[in-house]
Amino acid sequence: MEHRLVPEHHLVLEKEEGKILNGLKVHKDQLPKIHRNDPCVQLLERKHGPIEEGRVIRIVRISETSGVSVAYRLVVGR
Amino acid sequence: MLRGVSKRIKSIKFALLSPDEIRKMSATKVITADTYDDDGFPIDMGLMDSHLGVIEPGLRCKTCGGKVDDCPGHFGHIDLAMPVIHVGYVKELKKLLMATCKNCGRLLLLDEEIRAYEREMDALDKIGGTKLDKKMMAKETARDAGKRQICPHCDTEQSKITLDKPTTFREDGHKLTPKEVRERLERIRDEDLRPMGINPDVARPEWMILTALLVPPVTVRPSITLESGDRSEDDLTHKLVDVLRINQRLRENRDAGAPQLIVEDLWELLQYHITTYFDNQTSGIPPARHRSGRPLKTLVQRLKGKEGRFRSNLSGKRVNFSARTVISPDPLLSINEVGVPVEAARELTIPLYVQAYNLEWVRELVKRGPVPEGNGYVPGVNYVIRQDGRRIRVTDKNAETVAETVDVGYVVERQLQEGDIVLFNRQPSLHRMSMMAHEVRIMSFKTFRFNLAVCPPYNADFDGDEMNLHVLQSEEARAEAKVLMRVQEHILSPRFGGPVIGAIHDHISGGFLMTHKDSKFNMEQSSRILSLVGDVKLPKPGIVEDGVEYWTGKQLFSLAIPDDLNMVFRASICQACDTCDKEDCDSDAYVKIVNGEIMSGTIDEKSIGAFNGKILDKIARNYGSDRARIFIDQATKFAIGAIMVRGFTTGIDDEDIPESEKMKIAEILQTAVDGVRTLVQAYKEGDLEQMPGRSLEETLEVEAMKKLGRARDDAGNHAGKHLGLENSAVIMARSGARGSMLNLSQMAGCVGQQAVRGERISRGYWSRTLPHFPKGDLGAEAKGFVKSCYKSGLTPTEYFFHSMGGREGLVDTAVRTSRSGYMQRRLINALEDLKVKEDRSVRNTADTIVQFKFGEDGIDPSRSVQGRAVDVDDILRDVLGAKKYATLPEERVVRKYGELEEGLEMTEEEAGKLGED
Repeated sequence: MEHRLVPEHHLVLEKEEGKILNGLKVHKDQLPKIHRNDPCVQLLERKHGPIEEGRVIRIVRISETSGVSVAYRLVVGR
Repeated sequence: MLRGVSKRIKSIKFALLSPDEIRKMSATKVITADTYDDDGFPIDMGLMDSHLGVIEPGLRCKTCGGKVDDCPGHFGHIDLAMPVIHVGYVKELKKLLMATCKNCGRLLLLDEEIRAYEREMDALDKIGGTKLDKKMMAKETARDAGKRQICPHCDTEQSKITLDKPTTFREDGHKLTPKEVRERLERIRDEDLRPMGINPDVARPEWMILTALLVPPVTVRPSITLESGDRSEDDLTHKLVDVLRINQRLRENRDAGAPQLIVEDLWELLQYHITTYFDNQTSGIPPARHRSGRPLKTLVQRLKGKEGRFRSNLSGKRVNFSARTVISPDPLLSINEVGVPVEAARELTIPLYVQAYNLEWVRELVKRGPVPEGNGYVPGVNYVIRQDGRRIRVTDKNAETVAETVDVGYVVERQLQEGDIVLFNRQPSLHRMSMMAHEVRIMSFKTFRFNLAVCPPYNADFDGDEMNLHVLQSEEARAEAKVLMRVQEHILSPRFGGPVIGAIHDHISGGFLMTHKDSKFNMEQSSRILSLVGDVKLPKPGIVEDGVEYWTGKQLFSLAIPDDLNMVFRASICQACDTCDKEDCDSDAYVKIVNGEIMSGTIDEKSIGAFNGKILDKIARNYGSDRARIFIDQATKFAIGAIMVRGFTTGIDDEDIPESEKMKIAEILQTAVDGVRTLVQAYKEGDLEQMPGRSLEETLEVEAMKKLGRARDDAGNHAGKHLGLENSAVIMARSGARGSMLNLSQMAGCVGQQAVRGERISRGYWSRTLPHFPKGDLGAEAKGFVKSCYKSGLTPTEYFFHSMGGREGLVDTAVRTSRSGYMQRRLINALEDLKVKEDRSVRNTADTIVQFKFGEDGIDPSRSVQGRAVDVDDILRDVLGAKKYATLPEERVVRKYGELEEGLEMTEEEAGKLGED
C-alpha cells in the first residue's frame, strides 16, 4: 500500500453506496469486481473489520490524463 | 424489417457420436465404392446414393423429396469391418488407458480418492468452473491414477502404455489392436468416468473407437462435371472410396480366414485411410495424394487455417458493389475526392427507388441505356428491378421499351455519377482512417486517383499499391458516411490529437522554396501559382524593383491562411539556438502569423506537414473541417505551384564536397582509427583503465564505439558545412520533406560503425570477423567500422559488414511487424464490443462498467491538443492578444498533471469572459 504504484483504496460506507450507484446509473453487479482476498482488501479489513461480499471499494488513482480519477469496485468472494 | 430473437442459446454441449446414433441418423448404408452407373445415375448404396441428397438439378432426394435447394442433404454411414481409432481422440484414449486397470477396467485410485475427485468436479460445476478448469482437474485425476502400479481393486500389476504416433498403442512393446483398446474402454465403469471429466450419458469412451463411419451428404462433397463431360469427384469422396475399398477387402479376407498377417496389414491400411480422411496433415504418416500428386483436402483441412471455413467463410465476408484497382496520384483533386475510371463507374450502381415524384426523371435515365452517348461521362442504367423482384437487364436495344414500363415501386440501378459518396479503403485496415468516404470524380484511364495529402492515413504510395472502393446502397448509409467518414472529418487523428492528413514530400519542399527568406515571384510566376488554386485574387505586389512588380512567397502563401489566424511557432528548419533571435532569425525559422499574414518564418513540415502541421492543426481545430479541407487543398497547390515555377531536382552531385574537405574528413577518420589502435594497445598491455561496473573488454568496446561515433559525427559536420540551404538534398532534409541530415552525412562524409546486436561486429571466423584481418584484431576496420561514404563507395570488407548490419535491420522489422500485428489483433478482439456511453463511461455489451470515464478524463483524443484537454498557451494568446502574451515569460505554461484541474477551471472562466466580450 505504501508503494507509489498501488492506488489508494477506501471502503465506501454502506449509506453512501446508493448515492454513488445512482450517480453512475448502474446496478451493483455492473461494477468491476475485486476479490475479497485481494491484498488491498485484506489491508482494509485490518482497519475496518471483515468486509462482506457486496461492499463497494473506492479506488483513487493518479492519472496521466486527468490528474485524479476515481473508480469503484464490488467486493466478491474467494 | 424487424427480426426478433425467438430463442436464446443458453449453453452448448459437446458429446461423442455413438455407433448406434450414427446408424440411427444415417439415411443409407454405403457398401459399394462405385459412384455412378453407366447412365450417369447414382448407384444405390454407393457414395452418391440419392438418399444422401441431390446435387443435380431436376432430381429429387429419396429421403426428403426435396429438390436441389430444398434438400439440405442427409448423412449415410459405412459399417467398418474392424474397429479403427479416431485420430482426434488419441490423446484422450491414452489418458484413459493409462488411468484404468488393464484387467478390471477400474480407475487406478482408491474408492475414497475417486469420490473426492468426483466431489471436486461437482463443486466446479456448481460454482461455474470453465471448460479449462475442468480440463485441468481431469488431467490431475488422470495423472494421479497413472502413477499407481498395481490396481487397488483387483491387484493386477499394470504395464506401461505408450503411444506410437499417430494411432498405435503399445503395452510393454506389444501392439494393442483397436479392438483390444475398445474392449478395455468398454470395461470402464460410468462412475469412474465423471472424475475424469467425461459425462458417460453422452460420451462413452469406447465411442472414440470407430465401428461405423459417418458419410457426409453429397451436398458437402459435390462432384463437378467438366466441359469434356467427365465427372470430377470431391477430395472427400475420393477418400471415402479408398475407405470403402479397403473395408471391403478386409471383410472378405477376414471372412475367408486369410492369414493373420494379411488381415493385420489391411487393418492398418484402413486405419491409415480413415486417419487421413479426418486429417491429411497428421504428423508421422505421409499425406494421401491425388493422382496428380497434390495432397488431398480432407475434413480438418477444410476447417483449418487462413483458407479454412472459419477464417475465410465465417469471419470473412465478400461484398458486391465494390471495385479494386491500382492507385495513382492527382494533386488537382480535392482531398475529399476520388478519381474513378469510367469502366468501373459503368459497372458500379446505386439503386433508385421509383416514386411518383421522380418517375419522369428515372424513365429518362433508363431510356439512356447502359452506355449513354453524350459529352463526357453520362451515367446510364444497368438493371431495372420490377416490383416482383425480377431483374431486367437494360441494353441499348430494349432501353426505350423498358423505360416505358418503369413505374412506382420499381428499383432502377443507376451507374455511378460525379459527386456520389463512396467508401475508399487500403489494406491493412489498421485504424479508422484506413476506410474513408470520398466523393466520386469520373475520370479516364484505369486507376483510382486521389490527393497526395491523403496518402499518410492510408499509408499508400504509388509503387503498385491497389485500393478498394465500395458503393453505398442506402440513403442512410450515404448520409452517415458523409457526416462521419468523409476525409475532411479525419484530418485530426484520434491517435495523437494532431493532423494525419497534410502536406508530404514535394508539398513541403515547395512550401519551403516559396516562403524561405525573401523568395519572390514576378507577375507571370505568381499568376501561374495562383491559377492552380483558382478562387484567389492576386494581391497588391509586395516588392517593386526597377519598376518590376514582385510578390513575396510569404504574401502568396498567406492567401491560403484564414484572415483572422494568429500564431507563432518554430519551423522544422529551426536550429534550436541558445538565444532565439525570433523574427530576426538567421535561418528564417521563427514563424509568426498575424491576421492571416505570414510576417516571418518559413512554411515547412512543422506548418503544413501531415503529423506535425501546426497551422493545419489550428485551422482544423478552430475553423472546422470545411475550412481545413480548403486550406489543405490550397496550401498544397500553392506549394506545388512554387516548386514547379522554380524547378527542383536532386542528384548524387548534391553530396559533392571539395577535395580539401575530403582530405580533412579522411584525416579525422584516420585519427580516430589510430586512436582505437592505441586503445587496443593499451588494453593489450593492461594499461587501459577499467570503467566502474564494466569488464576490461567492455571498457575497450565502449571507448572504441564512443571514439568512432564521434569521428562519424565530426566527418558529417565537416561535410555538412559545405552543404548549405541552396542544396536540394539539404532543403529536403532540413524542411522535413524527405531524408535526414544523417543520411546526407553518410553519403558525403562517412557511413560509420556497423553494429549487430548493438555491438561492433565480432562474429564470423575463429577470433576474427573475416580472413582479411589477423586473428585477435580489435582495431576499427576489423570490427566493422566503415570509413568510406556511400558516394565514394565501400571497400569489400566494409561492404560485407554493412550487409551484416543491414540484414539485422531487415530481420528486426520483419519480426516486429508480425509480432505487433498479432498483438494488435488480440487487443482488438478483446476490446471490440466496448462502447462509450452518454455519461462517458466505457461499458461492454452486458452494460457493466469497464472504465468509469473514457480515458479517465472523458476527452476525445481527436479533439484534444496533442493529447491534452486544452492548450492553455493558445487560449491565453487569444484572450490576452498577441502583444500582451508575448511579454509573458517563456516557460509559463509547464504544468504537471496534478495541476491540470486547476488549469481547466481557469480556462473555463476565461472562456466565459471571452463570451461576454
